[in-house]
Amino acid sequence: MESTDQELIAAVLDGDASSFEPLVTRYQPRVFATARRYARRKDEVEDIVQEIFIKAYRKLSTYRAEAPFENWLMRMAVRTCYDFLRKHQRNREHNVTEISSEENDWLENVGEDTTERESKRDAAKALVNRLLEGLSPDFRLVITLLEIEEKSVKEIAELTGWSVSLVKVRAHRARNQMRKMLARVAPEKYL
Amino acid sequence: MKLDQIIEKLLLTARKDQPSDRVPYAFEKRIMAQIADLPSADDLWAAWSRLLWRAVAPCAAVAVLTVVVWVSVSPAQPDRAMLDPELEEIVAMAIELPAE
Repeated sequence: MESTDQELIAAVLDGDASSFEPLVTRYQPRVFATARRYARRKDEVEDIVQEIFIKAYRKLSTYRAEAPFENWLMRMAVRTCYDFLRKHQRNREHNVTEISSEENDWLENVGEDTTERESKRDAAKALVNRLLEGLSPDFRLVITLLEIEEKSVKEIAELTGWSVSLVKVRAHRARNQMRKMLARVAPEKYL
Repeated sequence: MKLDQIIEKLLLTARKDQPSDRVPYAFEKRIMAQIADLPSADDLWAAWSRLLWRAVAPCAAVAVLTVVVWVSVSPAQPDRAMLDPELEEIVAMAIELPAE
């Protein structure tokens, strides 16, 4: 029978480091999916995931079993991804102003049925990634959690350690920044 | 189409585009190898204590050097017995001068 998270954690805290491995195996798919929302390169994603699990191992003694281990781990994952974004925030504006012809086509035809087609969807994905990369780290984090992962403001506050009102303010400003970036891409159309 | 509608459409695309949860082969082994290499808390204290002991000799040398330099550079202390009458004389002169 598989050991529970609590049993494994107790064993690690008793000095059996190998009991941490089943915890890694259990949660690494979710942690990888989270890291891939903020980093694209394979080596960057792997480094983030590694950092998350090593932090978790080091801070395991601070885990109070009041909430599931997964919640505690995901909080650490989100905060580590945020640190990653802050470290890699150079060249943000540059990414947004230069869009590809496919992305431009998508913008030109937005609202028409053609934009729903598979081939056009890639252009939309590229454009939304470009916009997200152009946001500041706190704005990108809040938009990802609120609009893409569809978490509640309260959940985001718990994950990030920000207050509920700060999450709301940042979400509002992030949307404004997205609007401005999009208008800058095609000013003749939207201004 | 308004900007907000376009943003909503783009975010909808992002929502549908779930990132992969694929894990590289034996990734957990890599994590466990990193954990095995981590210094334990005892090791950290031992390293800190070694650093402190290593700092003792240079700190003592700097202290001795400072005392030596201070003793050799600072002016010799005047003899108190000689100073007292001189001081009294100078003060007395200063008091007497305006009267002249």
